[in-house]
Amino acid sequence: MRTLLAIAIGLGLLLSVPGAALADDVKIVMDGSTTVGPIAKAFAEYYMSRNKGVNITVSESGSGNGAKSLINGTCHIANMSRFMKEKEFTAAASKGVMPVAHVVAMDGIAIVVHPSNPVQGLSVEQVRNIYLGKITSWKDVGGPDRKIVVVSRDTNSGTYETFEGLVMAKQRIVSSAEYVTSNEAARKRVSSTPTAIAYAGLGFLRDVKALKINGVIPDRSTVASGRYPVARPLFMFTNGYPKLGSYTHALITLHLTKKGQEIVEAIGFVPVTSY
Amino acid sequence: MSQAELSLTDPLGRPRQSLLLSKRATRAKQVASLAGRSVLFLITSSSVLAVLFIFYYIAQDALPFFRLRGAGEFFTSSEWYPSAEPASFGSLSMFFGSGIVTLGASLVAVPLGVAAAVCLSDVLPFGVRQLAKPVIEMLAAIPSVAYGFFALVVFAPLLQERGGAMLEVAAYVIGGPLAFLAAVVLADLTSSRAPEKARWAGRIVAFLLFGGAMAFGLVALGGMLRGLPIDSGTNALNASIILGIMALPTVVSVSEDALQAAGRDLREGSYALGATRAETILRVVIPASASGICAAVILGVMRAVGETMVVWMASGNAAQIPSPWYDLTAPVRTLTATIAGDMGEADHVTGSARYHVLFAMALSLLAISFVLNLASEGATRRARRKLGH
Repeated sequence: MRTLLAIAIGLGLLLSVPGAALADDVKIVMDGSTTVGPIAKAFAEYYMSRNKGVNITVSESGSGNGAKSLINGTCHIANMSRFMKEKEFTAAASKGVMPVAHVVAMDGIAIVVHPSNPVQGLSVEQVRNIYLGKITSWKDVGGPDRKIVVVSRDTNSGTYETFEGLVMAKQRIVSSAEYVTSNEAARKRVSSTPTAIAYAGLGFLRDVKALKINGVIPDRSTVASGRYPVARPLFMFTNGYPKLGSYTHALITLHLTKKGQEIVEAIGFVPVTSY
Repeated sequence: MSQAELSLTDPLGRPRQSLLLSKRATRAKQVASLAGRSVLFLITSSSVLAVLFIFYYIAQDALPFFRLRGAGEFFTSSEWYPSAEPASFGSLSMFFGSGIVTLGASLVAVPLGVAAAVCLSDVLPFGVRQLAKPVIEMLAAIPSVAYGFFALVVFAPLLQERGGAMLEVAAYVIGGPLAFLAAVVLADLTSSRAPEKARWAGRIVAFLLFGGAMAFGLVALGGMLRGLPIDSGTNALNASIILGIMALPTVVSVSEDALQAAGRDLREGSYALGATRAETILRVVIPASASGICAAVILGVMRAVGETMVVWMASGNAAQIPSPWYDLTAPVRTLTATIAGDMGEADHVTGSARYHVLFAMALSLLAISFVLNLASEGATRRARRKLGH
């Protein structure tokens, strides 16, 4: 009986000590954008494989929810595909949270068409007019006399929000536009529809043709340098700048290392540092 | 113990034990029986309670929308810009989309399904029926996302490339027999007034005339369909056809059951009066099971109204009422797809109306299927009464 008790206590001690340490210090919670999510996940995976005992969880509930989690103190790092809104900053400040932005990568949004489409490039103005329904035939932009099938991402995606801000200038997309639910679905629709136009992240250009916008082709260097007009930075927000040398600090500066840049590029985004 | 002692009835078929507890049964037995019955009652009523709870909670989240924005815009405008500033929540085009897709699906599922059910129950030999019915019911077992994937990856490009030709073939296959039947009937009707001697000649001439006209019309229609440009393969037509196929097993299975329920005696009575098989099917069996077939159709329609995954992937999700409205080759957006697509990031703090509008749609859908369900319930009840059950 006594030995049993001793074993039980021993087991309990063994289990409880690392558990307690994990709960307080080295559990990092990330929440937010589905666009930044893959970067966060890859960073977390790499980081956890290097630092035993660090536990990082990544949720993808959208940029808005990421900001909300950071404000409410339920996550350490908010992944956001847009900058924080004024409303969110005010809410954060009123709760004593000081959001600090870290740009971890650049995301270029390519305007894509079917490879057989003779059109090579458009201006932002022309893309906007196509999505406004003012240009309805490829003939008007130097293509064949076929109706343009306008494909957009659904209204609650970060990519849509960025496109709306950078290209549409907040004007309303024509109601005959089709909506798809992911970058991959947009790519697939365009690759199977000769008259379609859509937009998607730079990582989704297989079997489609990315158009030059204002004469600039979307690629790593034009997006990183900011010459390509339809590009945006991707953010991670922390509450204040993390304590130097802490796990969170190391994680949030991972994108500045060579490995971090490789990870960003492997997922289809553009590293902020041009090496 | 012998077999006789084990059985619950005595040799005369009377139960050995009283089925109800006697007054003399112990209190413990009474309590156990009561407990058993109440547990069973609770289990039975839990599904009813679930329905009531769903209704309550959806209504609770839907009503704030009408309080915030009023009902006018929601039901009469087709301006759907939930994320714009200022936002507009006109859902008319979604109601329209759900309607047109459901209509298209029933145009596919009802004629095919009822014809297949008649075939299975009265035309094909019994062995074939035993084999074919489970296969048709297999259609219901395919997950809807698989249908959706097929619609998006296989059917949509096919429609874009050969849509016109496919529609032309479909017009010939469906319109050909219909035109033939119509020509026969019209020829019969017009020649019935002719004098006895000339009747056959008149009938043939009339048939040739009507048949020729119909064939001409059909070819013209086919040519028109062949030239029809389908710009985008994800449209109302695509969703309608796939939804129709998905609703088929429901329609076939339920109407076949209704046809079977019409009974052998009815059919034999009809044959005994000298009716042919065609007359028996068309004049006796189908009218007798009309209410059951009606219920089957309503159930199939309900399947089409509530389906989400397929319409989300196949309909194109454009929040518009196409012009002209019957243009099935234009992309549309349904209520279900909008709820599923916008739920992800509908933010209930910063965009309150945007969150509640989805519940308003859910409530509308619930109301529609509630009405349809009542209708199908009524139809089945009428069917039972008619057959004297």
